[in-house]
Amino acid sequence: MKIAVCIKRAPDMEQRFKIAADGASVDATGLKFDISDFDAYAVEKALKITEAQGSGEVVVLSLGPDIVQETLRKALSLGATRAVQLKTDSVPFDSFAIAEALAAALRDGGYDLILFGKIALDSSNGAVGAMTAELLGTPYVTAVSQLDIADGTATARRELEGAAEIVAFPLPAVVSIDEGPWRPRLASLKGIMGAKRKPLEVKPAELAQPRYTVQTMQLPAERTGGRIIGEGADAVPELVRLLQTEAKVL
Amino acid sequence: MPTVFAYAETRGGELRRVALEAVTAARTLADALGGDVEAMLVGAPGIAQYAEQLGAYGADVVVTVEDVAFARYNPEATAAVAAERIGSKGDRAAIFSASAQGRDLAPRVAAKLRVPLAADVTAFELQGDAIIVTHPTYTGKVIATASLTANPAVLSIRPKSITPVEHARSPRVESIAPVGDPSASRVVVQEVIEGNTAALDLGEAPVIVSGGRGLKAPENFAMVEELAAAFGNAAVGATRAVTDEGWRPHTDQIGQTGRLVSPDLYVAVGISGAIQHLAGMRTSKTIVAINKDREAPIFKIADYGIVGDAFEIVPALTAAVREVRKGG
Ligand SMILES: Cc1cc2nc3c(=O)[nH]c(=O)nc-3n(C[C@H](O)[C@H](O)[C@H](O)COP(=O)(O)OP(=O)(O)OC[C@H]3O[C@@H](n4cnc5c(N)ncnc54)[C@H](O)[C@@H]3O)c2cc1C
Ligand SMILES: Nc1ncnc2c1ncn2[C@@H]1O[C@H](COP(=O)(O)O)[C@@H](O)[C@H]1O
Repeated sequence: MKIAVCIKRAPDMEQRFKIAADGASVDATGLKFDISDFDAYAVEKALKITEAQGSGEVVVLSLGPDIVQETLRKALSLGATRAVQLKTDSVPFDSFAIAEALAAALRDGGYDLILFGKIALDSSNGAVGAMTAELLGTPYVTAVSQLDIADGTATARRELEGAAEIVAFPLPAVVSIDEGPWRPRLASLKGIMGAKRKPLEVKPAELAQPRYTVQTMQLPAERTGGRIIGEGADAVPELVRLLQTEAKVL
Repeated sequence: MPTVFAYAETRGGELRRVALEAVTAARTLADALGGDVEAMLVGAPGIAQYAEQLGAYGADVVVTVEDVAFARYNPEATAAVAAERIGSKGDRAAIFSASAQGRDLAPRVAAKLRVPLAADVTAFELQGDAIIVTHPTYTGKVIATASLTANPAVLSIRPKSITPVEHARSPRVESIAPVGDPSASRVVVQEVIEGNTAALDLGEAPVIVSGGRGLKAPENFAMVEELAAAFGNAAVGATRAVTDEGWRPHTDQIGQTGRLVSPDLYVAVGISGAIQHLAGMRTSKTIVAINKDREAPIFKIADYGIVGDAFEIVPALTAAVREVRKGG
């Protein structure tokens, strides 16, 4: 089975962010970057599927400047077979522009399954997977937390609000991955050494003019929280008073 | 006259509050453009009963698409009929909710129309030919403003960032047929695993009481449920520590990898306040934290914190809330 996984390079979210001098981006100085969270879950799932089948190929794709090669190498060190960089100077915010470029690279790849993260943690659009599926004309399932493949058919569990559905669909298909019971593995030393020799192809990204562009970025107003009103059950009357008179929620 | 489309979300045959938010948002935009609002209801036969209600919130036209195949949310067929309508009418903009359903639907529709999506928008404004939107990025740690110049402009609005406002009209109701066979979806639902459907949905509840590992055992969630019941309008949430243990269903998880919520009141009980949890609830209007550890990070963002044992504080709070609600 041939599986593609689209991965984005994103900063670890535990860090403190600063806005860059242009006022419209995050200052990358000193930040640690990795495979965006859900994309890492998608890579893990793809590896698990090919390992269980004992054959197949996992191809990772990332659209971005040369620095994304680091992210692609990381996926190769985890076990992906080969990598493709869709080269561009900067990554647009426009989800449709990205989807078109990814779809162009995926279209004739002969993939049985194409995995996305349910949302990229930096852009937080949650749109590229669904859009790529539409452009490719394949079935698509969002936010999947379980995925099984047997005889050209996939079964998945998708989380809805307050309920979950088990769905079945034919391959080829596109799936966006939510957090599931599987956890991304760590790279082994052997994996890291081996990754250096695995193929990493660089192709220009076919990007249209973006029609959705960031104008400014700001840090949110700090919550004016941090107020401890008391200790133990004795503080309850004061809490109730504040909820009634100040917060007006009771 | 420019038309703004609003998708009026329903679930299980019921109109959802986010539908009124979408219509209200569409009304605001249509007024700025000097145009009309067309709302769409998709559901099993009978769903058209909500048309009047959508009119009350500002829809000039309500298009209804009724078929048994729409009894549950049906992604492929819903996207097909919505995109076909928006495209064929040449709508200037289309508004969806960034609910779980809308997060699935809006990007499909946008792609069919070959335009980007302004996703999870918390505010917007018309500026000349562009719509300037506010969009939380980096798990809410960075707020972006972005310019959307595509036509149609497709937006999904974060639930509860807009308050539904009445703009009474008697809408013209038009019934249309689905595009193709709506039962012919390539993705077949085999089983539905209901979460706590009896309770209020986390996305819509005005109050959420959430429990963390500090509750120590699944049976102790009874205490959290009693507090929620005392409020009368509360849903129960949980941290990943709790859903991983299987104390609560995965669908109750709040955070980066769970639900994003912003209720009027969020009560965190025995929750440390990990960054991944905060990502899902930091936009709540008022946050209360109950934790025995004074240094727990949750206190940094809580409006009101009480340090101490939840097993002592929560029952006292439940009794006090009951008392207030009885008196009021
Ligand atoms: C990639 C990734 C994604 C994640 N996504 C999520 C997510 O979506 N949502 C989420 O919630 N987590 C998520 N997590 C997990 C997160 O990092 C934390 O581990 C989790 O939120 C901790 O849950 P907790 O607060 O219940 O438990 P703990 O951190 O163990 O905190 C328990 C708290 O209870 C307090 N306590 C103990 N006893 C009492 C008592 N008797 N009375 C009062 N207080 C008491 C303690 O002081 C402590 O602060 C994610 C982690 C990763 C790595
Ligand atoms: N520049 C990119 N390169 C590769 N994959 C991407 C890129 N941007 C987004 N994706 C994929 O699309 C998913 C959703 O992204 P988004 O719609 O931006 O939230 C991500 O989790 C990735 O799987």
